[in-house]
Amino acid sequence: MNRREFLGSAAAAFTTGNVLAWLPQPCWAAVNYQKLLILVELKGGNDGLNTVIPYADSQYAALRPRIAVARDQVLQLDESTGLNPALSALMPLWKAGEVAVVQGVGYPSANLSHFRSIEIWDTASKSTEYLQEGWLTRAFAQAPVPRTFAADAVVIGSAELGPFSGGGARATRTIALTNTEQFLQQAKLAAPAGQAGNAALNHILRVEQDIVQAAAGLVNASGKPAFSTVFPQTAFGNAVRTAAQVVASGSGVAALKLSVNGFDTHSGQVGTHTGLLKQLAEGLAALKSALSEIGRWDDTLVVTYAEFGRRPRENASAGTDHGTASAHFVLGGRVKGGLYGQRPALDRLDGNGNMPFSVDFRDIYATVLERWWGLDTSVALRGRFAPLAILRA
Amino acid sequence: MFGSSSIRRLISALMLLLSGAAQVTLAAPSHFEAAPLGFDAAWHLLVRTSFAASPADIEQFSRLTREQAVERLLSWTDKPRITPPPAWVGEPVTPLSRLRDMSVEARQAFQRNNIARGLEMRGWWLQEMVATPSPLAEKMVLFWHNHFVSSQQKVRQPQYLYRQNLLLREHALGNFGALLHAIARDPAMVIYLDSASNRKGQPNENFAREVMELFTLGEGHYSERDIKEAARAFTGWSIDGERGEFLFRPLAHDDGVKSVLGQSGNFDGDEVLDILLAQPQTAEWIVSKLWREFVSPHVNAADAAEVRRITSVFRDSRYDIRVALRTLLTSDAFYAPQVRAALVKSPVDLVVGTLRQFQFSAGDVAPFALVVAQLGQNLFSPPNVKGWPGGDAWINSTTLLARKQFLDRLFRSEALRPAGPAAMTAAAPSPTANPNPVAAMRQRLQRAYGEVHFDSERWLQQAGNEPAQVQRLALAMAPQQALPEGETRMALIRRLTQDPVYQLK
Repeated sequence: MNRREFLGSAAAAFTTGNVLAWLPQPCWAAVNYQKLLILVELKGGNDGLNTVIPYADSQYAALRPRIAVARDQVLQLDESTGLNPALSALMPLWKAGEVAVVQGVGYPSANLSHFRSIEIWDTASKSTEYLQEGWLTRAFAQAPVPRTFAADAVVIGSAELGPFSGGGARATRTIALTNTEQFLQQAKLAAPAGQAGNAALNHILRVEQDIVQAAAGLVNASGKPAFSTVFPQTAFGNAVRTAAQVVASGSGVAALKLSVNGFDTHSGQVGTHTGLLKQLAEGLAALKSALSEIGRWDDTLVVTYAEFGRRPRENASAGTDHGTASAHFVLGGRVKGGLYGQRPALDRLDGNGNMPFSVDFRDIYATVLERWWGLDTSVALRGRFAPLAILRA
Repeated sequence: MFGSSSIRRLISALMLLLSGAAQVTLAAPSHFEAAPLGFDAAWHLLVRTSFAASPADIEQFSRLTREQAVERLLSWTDKPRITPPPAWVGEPVTPLSRLRDMSVEARQAFQRNNIARGLEMRGWWLQEMVATPSPLAEKMVLFWHNHFVSSQQKVRQPQYLYRQNLLLREHALGNFGALLHAIARDPAMVIYLDSASNRKGQPNENFAREVMELFTLGEGHYSERDIKEAARAFTGWSIDGERGEFLFRPLAHDDGVKSVLGQSGNFDGDEVLDILLAQPQTAEWIVSKLWREFVSPHVNAADAAEVRRITSVFRDSRYDIRVALRTLLTSDAFYAPQVRAALVKSPVDLVVGTLRQFQFSAGDVAPFALVVAQLGQNLFSPPNVKGWPGGDAWINSTTLLARKQFLDRLFRSEALRPAGPAAMTAAAPSPTANPNPVAAMRQRLQRAYGEVHFDSERWLQQAGNEPAQVQRLALAMAPQQALPEGETRMALIRRLTQDPVYQLK
């Protein structure tokens, strides 16, 4: 049986928080999934304030006597805001008008636990509710990715499915892999399989079936095309290379997720953070270059995200503790570059010393769903949010 | 023969009858008769608690009652461990002050050494899990490692994590309250959750948050304010960087009044831990976690009454972990048909379980710690303080393929072995040739695949040689792919271990 057929799953419908079960039938909305989404998770909670820097605000340096980036080092975006110099590889994209910098991204009643907060982001829930499936799981249930695609989504370099997780009978066809050659070699051990009554076994059978189909689609991916782009020799650079190969295979995938690990900089932040930002920027620049080579950059939207930002005041260990709002990047050939959201309100910190947010993260998701894919947000986001005007017509 | 607990249960049942309360539906076990477990229940108990079920153990356990079987498993946990620890575990740690003065080369060498020793330590634990006469004790040490998480990614010096592992061993089947108090002062934990930088006037909330969210209460049973106040009580808990031991720094401690979970006072850290232990939620949080580890992936609505019963026994015992386990493992819920084959094997279950189930002769099994890591369970380095999420999350396209490949490799080396173990060993490069510790361990793993030996004839003979019997020993339920008739026994074993059902326990 095709598990994407919507079963009259009355039993599942009574499970708390299973939004999908209430969806009566697929809308079969005509989404053009040739328009690719690439998510980049900055794991551990990136310090937005040392990424996109309010260098003209005297409180910035005052709050961070040991870790502030010196004003004359900042890569200026305008008269008050600039990028960390470790992001210099992004400047050509900024100058080409292909980078939207969104400041103050957060949500009401922020949770400061890594796990809970990334769960809130991944499921697009309120701070006070628990949902069982990722926001893109709901989007793909509402407007299914064509069965002819090799997979709904590919997660590179991480075993966590995040926004593609959950969904039970409406789970996404998501493949997690580290590199395509290894995946294809190993996929020979997978065999097409049926269904079972046991939930754990069903999960395994489904993954096995997804492997078989993805391998059939990605068989042309490895080694092709011979990109002239030079991929950085970093973990993220390798993930970007794999992402470019998957897209180049032409077998069809609606979304990719990459990640950069290690942003939980509680102590001795500067060296670590500089290295991570450099890795991120050089990887993103390579991604643009590779996707431009194969003519896909104009129908690609890249979005960074993380569970939270970090506290404005540095801690006693020359690091930063978990905070709230942060800055994120949206990139792509159709992005209208510039600064969005509001500058960090360092004069309006809350009782815990954290910043207020100005852009709800679900506004960014709404931008992806409504403006990029033309999809109503009522299912995936369970409400209406305000998309950002960051895409060219 | 009655175990003492079944006598107690019989007496309480009689008292209920006399008091006329027997009509009340009881969540408690209803099997008053001392029935022997039989093959399937013995297999289930052994695989869930002991990694594997050898024909000899099943033979023995199938004749025992639940109580007797669980008592025997628990009595085995007193056996001493048998794998000698790495030689360096007693070496003093390198003080951070000395690190700052090191040259770049010296620091890199220090780091390389930490990585090499960390790998050795993972190998040591894996070896012990494969060889131990007390597998339930190892399962519980791993359970607590995944509860009171510390990671070498942050702690760095492996001596600290080795000592934490010894602490978990000491308390693994002891008292949860004592374990909580001890782990809060454990140097690896003090480093991992930043207690050392939690000072009066400059609190670091990391430990205070996780002790409530993950170690005792669970999300939703405390407020942000409770965390802030509790963090003040833990100020001054630090380590002596020279000696690498816990140190209380009175000058860094906040002596003011704190208000935690409705109680106020000039609390220190131990008093806050006692407040947490006094919350009814704490016992339920631990029992629910034991339930997900041993019984089924979720605590369903139907399980709530049983979880409450076990929780109340656990609380009445003042947090005796042995009591919680005994109650759980003798419950009807543990043996219910719907929970058989309902759990996904963890990477440790799969690797250690396969080596034990098929009685691979002891070669150098330590490098299989790398396989376990590749499958998503890097010992001493859980992904974050919440630990490995487990369950379905163990299985995605990457890890499922890696699991199949491990099994394929393990049983293929057996089938292809030309002339005994020596032939393959000779071909592999010497492990000392590579200065990169991870690469060296990979080479050791290649050799290990050739060295470990599955004596299929001996095993099949013990198993009874019948395909049906081999299947019963290997799988928790009937295979997904039908078995062709008339295959060789070795082909049968390879087929069973490649079946999706082999991933379940």
